[in-house]
Amino acid sequence: MYGKALKPLSLATVATLSAAYALAFFYAPNDADQGFVQKIFYLHVPLAIVALGGFIAGALMAIGYLRSGDRRWDMRSYVAIHLSLIFAVGALVTGSIWARASWGHWWVWSEPTLVSFLIVFLLYACYQPLRFAIEDPERQARYAAVFAVVAGAFVPLNFLAVRMATPLVHPRLLGATGSLPGAMELTFVIALAGMALLWTTLWKYEMASKAASMQLRSLRRKLAARVEGVSLGGPDGADAQTRSAAPHSPTPVRAPAEPVEL
Amino acid sequence: MSAVSTLVRKDLLLELRKRESVPAMALFSLSAFVLFHFGINRSSVDGDLAAGLLWVTLLLASLLGVGRLFVAERDEEGFDAIRLAPVDASALLAAKSLSLLAFLAIVEVVAIPGFAILLLGPALLPALPGLLAVLALADIGIAVVGTLASALAVQTRARELIVALMGLPLLVPVALGAARASAPLLQAGGPGALPGRWLGLLGLYDLVFALVAYAVFDYLLDD
Amino acid sequence: MSAAETVPAIELSGLGRRYGERTALRDLSLKLPAGATLAVLGANGAGKTTLLRILAGLLRPHDGRARVLGLDLPREAPLLRGRVGLLGNEPLLYRDLSARENLRFHAGLHRVDPAQAEALLGQVGMDTRADEPLRALSRGMVQRVAVCRAVLHDPELLLLDEPLAHLDPAAADAAEPLIGPGSARRVDSAPRTRVAVSHDPGAAIADAQLVLGLRAGVRMLLGPADAISAEQIEGLYR
Repeated sequence: MYGKALKPLSLATVATLSAAYALAFFYAPNDADQGFVQKIFYLHVPLAIVALGGFIAGALMAIGYLRSGDRRWDMRSYVAIHLSLIFAVGALVTGSIWARASWGHWWVWSEPTLVSFLIVFLLYACYQPLRFAIEDPERQARYAAVFAVVAGAFVPLNFLAVRMATPLVHPRLLGATGSLPGAMELTFVIALAGMALLWTTLWKYEMASKAASMQLRSLRRKLAARVEGVSLGGPDGADAQTRSAAPHSPTPVRAPAEPVEL
Repeated sequence: MSAVSTLVRKDLLLELRKRESVPAMALFSLSAFVLFHFGINRSSVDGDLAAGLLWVTLLLASLLGVGRLFVAERDEEGFDAIRLAPVDASALLAAKSLSLLAFLAIVEVVAIPGFAILLLGPALLPALPGLLAVLALADIGIAVVGTLASALAVQTRARELIVALMGLPLLVPVALGAARASAPLLQAGGPGALPGRWLGLLGLYDLVFALVAYAVFDYLLDD
Repeated sequence: MSAAETVPAIELSGLGRRYGERTALRDLSLKLPAGATLAVLGANGAGKTTLLRILAGLLRPHDGRARVLGLDLPREAPLLRGRVGLLGNEPLLYRDLSARENLRFHAGLHRVDPAQAEALLGQVGMDTRADEPLRALSRGMVQRVAVCRAVLHDPELLLLDEPLAHLDPAAADAAEPLIGPGSARRVDSAPRTRVAVSHDPGAAIADAQLVLGLRAGVRMLLGPADAISAEQIEGLYR
């Protein structure tokens, strides 16, 4: 079900991202102060915005899980947070490179986006340790969802706090897209769209893979229950055992990726 | 309200019996001041540095209490006992936050004078009224977020690790707000004015996380 | 009385519960009238404790319907709180508090007069050692306090998991009027509905009206206590 529309989506992602970076290099003018290196802006800022959006989306999906109890929402939230964490690392690395190129330091505390990202990254980095330190799968989903909601609320609050703490000595392009020259703004918007598409595509890919392996597990469970049920209660228990041990296919237990009638 | 006070009284009684969290937190704070003295090679600090050392120490010390907040409930199946009684999750949240708040207040009664004697350059007394306001707002935030983090971590295999990993980033805004708010109070040459915007940030933090905790705490008790 | 008999105290249909991939309870259906006793038999891991925890509203069922005291679980589980007494493997008491402090704590949670706690402590013969922390007491004494805790709030439904374990004969006699088959509610003297898990099938069946036998989460046996044969019971543990 998540596999649908993956192909056109992937193509759209490639097209948009290629267009955005072609524009960045050949169309958008070099920044007057920072020169060529400012072009990393078209990578860093979209990464940061999409990662943040992804964290918020993860929190909303977690609310969906808590309200409905449907494990698919938990899966969606998990994948969203997990992907956003990777995007956040990308934003941190590109931000750091930009800082090095512009101001000569790998890290600048006066850049609130970068600092906030580090804190948010540190918080979300314990999402997986928390999840996998809980054994019961239902409790795991519930606790992960609660974490996602708490962390989702933390993200904007943290940005506010860090921004308040930062003396704005480097007037920057961030948060002031309105004042960008037209060509830069167009390129930025396309880059942002491309990055959002990339996130969505990757999210769908991972969901499709997760959904498939979940389906596989549930089919296996059904198969096991059937074998067990028949051998426990039915008169033809031995028969069922042999049947399930597969006359048709050499590896029957791995087969049920294709629809198996049970 | 009576369920909350019953739960708080039980927590305080247990702490009085076992003396685990509060003495550990207080001793940790004093040890940290000694470490800072040698670590930064200064006999007295003021201003930003004083506020920073004080708040980093208090936050780290609070994590010790946070890690143990629900241990009696988990080890002795107290969660079941509470869930069998007509007590809401929000009552448990309120009670545990109040217990942690009480622990923090007791620890600070030791740690703040200890800090004044060991490290603080300017006199403590003139700064105290303002500092109490900052302490109150910051402690509420630590208590609420600590209760939430503790409840999240207590059912995991690596409880202490999760509390530290999750608690530290979550408490960054508290560290920031509290340190910035107390810095002018601790400056050399007498306390300056209490910066309202940092108190506002702490208040906003308390409010947001109190609401979030109230909304999600139910799900941490369900089974 | 007749109204109470028409609404079953416990009504399960198709009840199921899993822990991850493992099924703990499968497709369980039964009805227990108010005031009656259900004996639950089965080997270790048969799903007995899971059943008790579901009936107590502590564990959410995954499949089927469960109505306890007229409340739908898990939807109405919060309303069940305070109406059920659970006496399980764990005493649900704080080891660093005394018997008196523990019972006063539970009296506070259940909004019960603390004098009730004193009366119960006297009834199980624990009043002389009520101020020692539980960690200083023997397992049997702790169990006596746990009996008090389970009936402190005068529950309509008692869920018992090996309630007499660790109790000497005298203590068992003292606990009998509180949790035994003759135990009645203080408020209206109506007999309590009881679900008792036991590893002593003979005694359990003697006390019960209905007997449920579980094996690997599946109902192997359900019927009136006087119609259960020794062979059927043996089959459960084989």
